[in-house]
Amino acid sequence: MAARAMWKGVIQIGSHELPVKLYSAVQDRSVRFRLLDKKDKSPVRQQMVNSETGDPVEPDEIQKAFPIDRNTLVVLEDEDLETIEPEASRDIEITRFVAPEEIDHRWYERAYYLGPDRNSEDYFALAEALEKTGKEGVARWVMRKKPYVGALRADEGYLMLIALRNADEVVASEDLSPPQGRKLDKRELDMAEQLIEAFSGELDLSEFRDTYRDRVKELVETKASGGKVKLKKFKPRVDKDESLEDTLAASLAGLKKRSAGGRG
Amino acid sequence: MAEAEDDLEQGGSPGPRPFWSGTITFGLVSIPVALYPASRPRRAGMRMVTNEGVPLQRKYVSSETERELEWDDIVRGYEIEKGKFVVVTDEELEAVEPRKSRDIDLRLFVDAGELDPRYFDRGYFLTPAGGSNKAYRLLAAVMEKTGKAGLATFIMRTKEYVIAILAENGILRAETLRFADEVRKPEDVGLPKKKKAPAAEVKKLEKAIKAKTKKVDFSEFLDDSIAQLEAVARKKQKQKKAIVHHEEEAGADEGGEVIDLLEVLSRSLGSAGQRRPAKRAPRKNGGGLSKLSKEELYERAKKKDVPGRSGMTKEELIEALEG
Repeated sequence: MAARAMWKGVIQIGSHELPVKLYSAVQDRSVRFRLLDKKDKSPVRQQMVNSETGDPVEPDEIQKAFPIDRNTLVVLEDEDLETIEPEASRDIEITRFVAPEEIDHRWYERAYYLGPDRNSEDYFALAEALEKTGKEGVARWVMRKKPYVGALRADEGYLMLIALRNADEVVASEDLSPPQGRKLDKRELDMAEQLIEAFSGELDLSEFRDTYRDRVKELVETKASGGKVKLKKFKPRVDKDESLEDTLAASLAGLKKRSAGGRG
Repeated sequence: MAEAEDDLEQGGSPGPRPFWSGTITFGLVSIPVALYPASRPRRAGMRMVTNEGVPLQRKYVSSETERELEWDDIVRGYEIEKGKFVVVTDEELEAVEPRKSRDIDLRLFVDAGELDPRYFDRGYFLTPAGGSNKAYRLLAAVMEKTGKAGLATFIMRTKEYVIAILAENGILRAETLRFADEVRKPEDVGLPKKKKAPAAEVKKLEKAIKAKTKKVDFSEFLDDSIAQLEAVARKKQKQKKAIVHHEEEAGADEGGEVIDLLEVLSRSLGSAGQRRPAKRAPRKNGGGLSKLSKEELYERAKKKDVPGRSGMTKEELIEALEG
């Protein structure tokens, strides 16, 4: 089933223009609950009230205010807000191209697919050109009055736009100093490397299922059909007091015993 | 959490306070760690107020009778068909948990470069806790050297998470990943079949790309819309044109999140290694925190001065409050 495009834009690279459609690359499937009135099991409604008097406030009486310090709020009118609203535009402006490793995972906020709007030849040409040069674009666009920065990259022949986090929010690990201590022992480093190698394999994220989601659905079905839910006991883990070297050695020995039995 | 309390007793600032702590386990190795959000809290934006500038509060009312409801009057329901709900209690949810554990079960190492950006959700820093300094440094050093990322699962609250553990600069980070069925493939979205692109057009675009290739400039990633809002608000205040509301309760404001995450992390990375792990009593899921709305939880986090609260999900807020 084809998804609906969330937005349409035009990629601008110098004099090149490429109209595209934007689709979310992710779909949230977490379990959602509704709040219900205990008495009649009807859904509850949210109501905004005046925090001083407790009186209900209707939507047309609600204003927006900005907190300029710990206890001062300044009310802003629509016309104040309009002065700083980013200009509405369909442009996805590519400001530069960079090596992909320069923008790493710590920046990733949310991924979108881009699909061709009208001319698919140009679309696949851009994907191919990105793949051949091994670069990705830094993109800026305004979607629903909100400014975005993203990385435009090719992924298996298709274009992807990854919205990036705000530079103000990202703490770089280069700004932190790693934990210090005595120089690590060569033997332990070697053993740790062997252990990591032994635990290494092909990446296949479909191996991980959200079993919690499954269990909640099961629980709900059990309850809906009048069944009872069993309670489980929790057993705390016990940490043994062994040296790191002994633990590494024992882990490796354990792996060898099981030999080619794959990962645990 | 215990660490934060220690600091308070020593007269320090409130924090560092991880919102979750657990133990990375692989083979027989276990490395106790604390989790901190990797993002600084976003500065607070707009608040909703009345025409007189009085802040608004969210209340729950019965949709039938309009009667205001207290938390004890509210239960949680799962919609099995439109308008039909099955009530689910905290105890029942706890009972379906796979295992109550603080283990971060490291199952597999993969090449870090293979990780797919579509899966990334939220980022955290991991810091050594409870005397794990050496094992932590060892894992970070070897992962960095071999270019590996670890895939692990853990349970926070009642939910299971898959994370990628990555090492950079001697520090371990974790990114929560989405489940495979939450990530769409090009064909799920209905992208057209790949087509051969005209070679001349590809060449032209390659040239355009090369001409525009530069080093990355992270100042481009700065969203200054909050700063702009603040400037407008300050100007209005000066011109005395604005309705200004002064709240009596100092420190209750969202902008008052003064703790610098960088400082919190530095302290945690620098000193946590010597600390004894905090003993935790197996806690009751009571308190009903999970029933509260995110706003309600946020309000409580504000009172407790939980660092990083404005960027937290509901689960993270509950963890931070319960910890």
